[in-house]
Amino acid sequence: MSADTVKLVSADTAIRPRRKNAGPAWEEPPTLLGQFGKGTILTLVVAVVIVPLWVVVVTSLSSEKTINEAGGYVFLPREFNPSAYVVIFSGGQITDAILVSTIVTLAGTAISLVVTVLAAYGLSRPGTLGHRPILFYFLLTFLIYPGMIPSYLVVTGLGLKDNLLALILPTAISAFNLVVLRAFFMNIPGELYDSARMDGAGEFRILWRIVLPLSKAVTAVVGLFYAVGYWNAFFNAILYIDRNDLQPVQRVLQQFILAGQTPSTSGAAVAIPGLGSAVPPSLAIKMAVVVVTIVPALIIYPFVQRHFTKGVIIGAVKG
Amino acid sequence: MSAPPIAPVSPPKAKTTPKTKRQQLSIGQRLRRDWPLLLMCVPAMLLLLVFHYVPALGNVIAFQDYNPFVGDDPLEAFLYSEWIGFGNFEYLFKNPAFWDSVLTTLSITAFQLVFYFPIPILLAILLNSIMSPKIRTLVQAVVYLPHFFSWVLVVSLFQMMLGGAGLLSQTLRQAGYTPPEIMTNPDTFIFLVTSEAVWKDAGWGMIVFLAALAAIDPALYEASAADGAGRWRRMWHITLPGLRSVIILLLILRLGDALNVGFEQFVLQREMVGREAAEVLDTYVYYQGIAVQQWGVGAAAGLFKAVIGILLIVGANKLAHRFGEQGIYSKS
Repeated sequence: MSADTVKLVSADTAIRPRRKNAGPAWEEPPTLLGQFGKGTILTLVVAVVIVPLWVVVVTSLSSEKTINEAGGYVFLPREFNPSAYVVIFSGGQITDAILVSTIVTLAGTAISLVVTVLAAYGLSRPGTLGHRPILFYFLLTFLIYPGMIPSYLVVTGLGLKDNLLALILPTAISAFNLVVLRAFFMNIPGELYDSARMDGAGEFRILWRIVLPLSKAVTAVVGLFYAVGYWNAFFNAILYIDRNDLQPVQRVLQQFILAGQTPSTSGAAVAIPGLGSAVPPSLAIKMAVVVVTIVPALIIYPFVQRHFTKGVIIGAVKG
Repeated sequence: MSAPPIAPVSPPKAKTTPKTKRQQLSIGQRLRRDWPLLLMCVPAMLLLLVFHYVPALGNVIAFQDYNPFVGDDPLEAFLYSEWIGFGNFEYLFKNPAFWDSVLTTLSITAFQLVFYFPIPILLAILLNSIMSPKIRTLVQAVVYLPHFFSWVLVVSLFQMMLGGAGLLSQTLRQAGYTPPEIMTNPDTFIFLVTSEAVWKDAGWGMIVFLAALAAIDPALYEASAADGAGRWRRMWHITLPGLRSVIILLLILRLGDALNVGFEQFVLQREMVGREAAEVLDTYVYYQGIAVQQWGVGAAAGLFKAVIGILLIVGANKLAHRFGEQGIYSKS
């Protein structure tokens, strides 16, 4: 606390020195029971999220021996044994799946971002020709859903079965992301556009040189939204991808963790097209697959945390 | 050569804006001025046309005895398939499995309104009362995280923790107890799916309430404290009224979304707990339409859901306006 603020402290609080995180002066001091209760609840809430992830990571780094001694899942780390990761990255179905998911995520995010940014910018100026009907065209997607069966027929009819584009194009545009970007673009001061136009810049150059550099953060956040969507895509793969070497990582996860447990009966959703290997994956390998599906989310997460809670709220308010 | 007129950038500010001047431009002039902007919208519009609106129109196969084998591709099959009016709907409405799925969907919605909906609110109020910014940031960071996980991952994690070969069973068995069946018990399935939904999204759902809490004027709290209101009275008379409009809005939105309880979550677990417990409207459409290949019936179920869904959303929005709230699609 600096000297200035000390002077401003009222007599009441000066007598009873307040702790660093204490509330405002008029608030009654926290009761012990209340503090304890809150602490317990929050600890529980955090533990419910963290403990499963912790167990998964620790087990994935354990040797068969440790797993057998623990009788399955390992709670306390005893070693650092990356052999499960070596296995899943050294070829075979899981490596293929990681590669497929990475390609789909990168290519899909690029396509989605380009298309969404263009459209959001094209719609960022009320009063241009066709502005209202085009905006309506995009917003109507909130109300009218395509329906699963016609979508399936359209995608397969276009010959996209067993084509990775089937995992990208049908979900390439989210009108929500478009509206968020558009709201941001509309808030850029008009003088910037005008001066650029005076200097002879066309719309594409304005977008590239002025608008995008000013909206790096929001564009990145929208890109992350898309990337998470592509990485997590699962059901479209069931519908459109039959070939084993084109399955994305979520599909492999489902086959190893969920389908491995249930007796495989009819029903396309859990049918297991031969896993490629006769040996069932050991627990560590299974857990390593789980970790691999989590890690991308963890990497982008700190960035997301910073930027997009705010962005989401702005989008929700302006949308 | 004259420079093209400058497109308006921001909405007209006041009476001096050249609104009349803009209207004097002919369509050709506006086209010449705005064509780059229009061009930019084209890729997105095409994608939505092909993958959103064409399939939306494709719902008309609900009125057909659609048979994919009468043509070489779905379009040809569509042209040659027989129109049968409301036949698929008649079949559907006489089918008890369909009504079971509707009932399951609605009971899950109702259950989650009671056991899911309040949790983000309570969490937000609790977190808001924590003074230490470090603890708040930490808790927020942790509870937002599962929102970014896929349903496959969430269901897998539940399976690994609570399933027959999971951590809980393992621990109980080592301690000499018989582990309960959690993941495969149809009777408790509704608790299971709700727990999964809470685990995944309750933390994320907090955001909007935290924002609403931050918007409450602290002077209100100070004034009521000065008038002698304790912390519970302040929560009742200031915090909850401050959240009122957000709560009503989200409640109404949820009602408008009553037929949507999620799809992947149920498809993933349908085999584990059986059809009776896990068949919701969306999975019914999938199994009836694509897995069993009764395309017309599946499409009819999908169309039924879509039409009721639109009616519910429009109705919910009306309701929101009646409560004096903004609703979803006021103006944008």
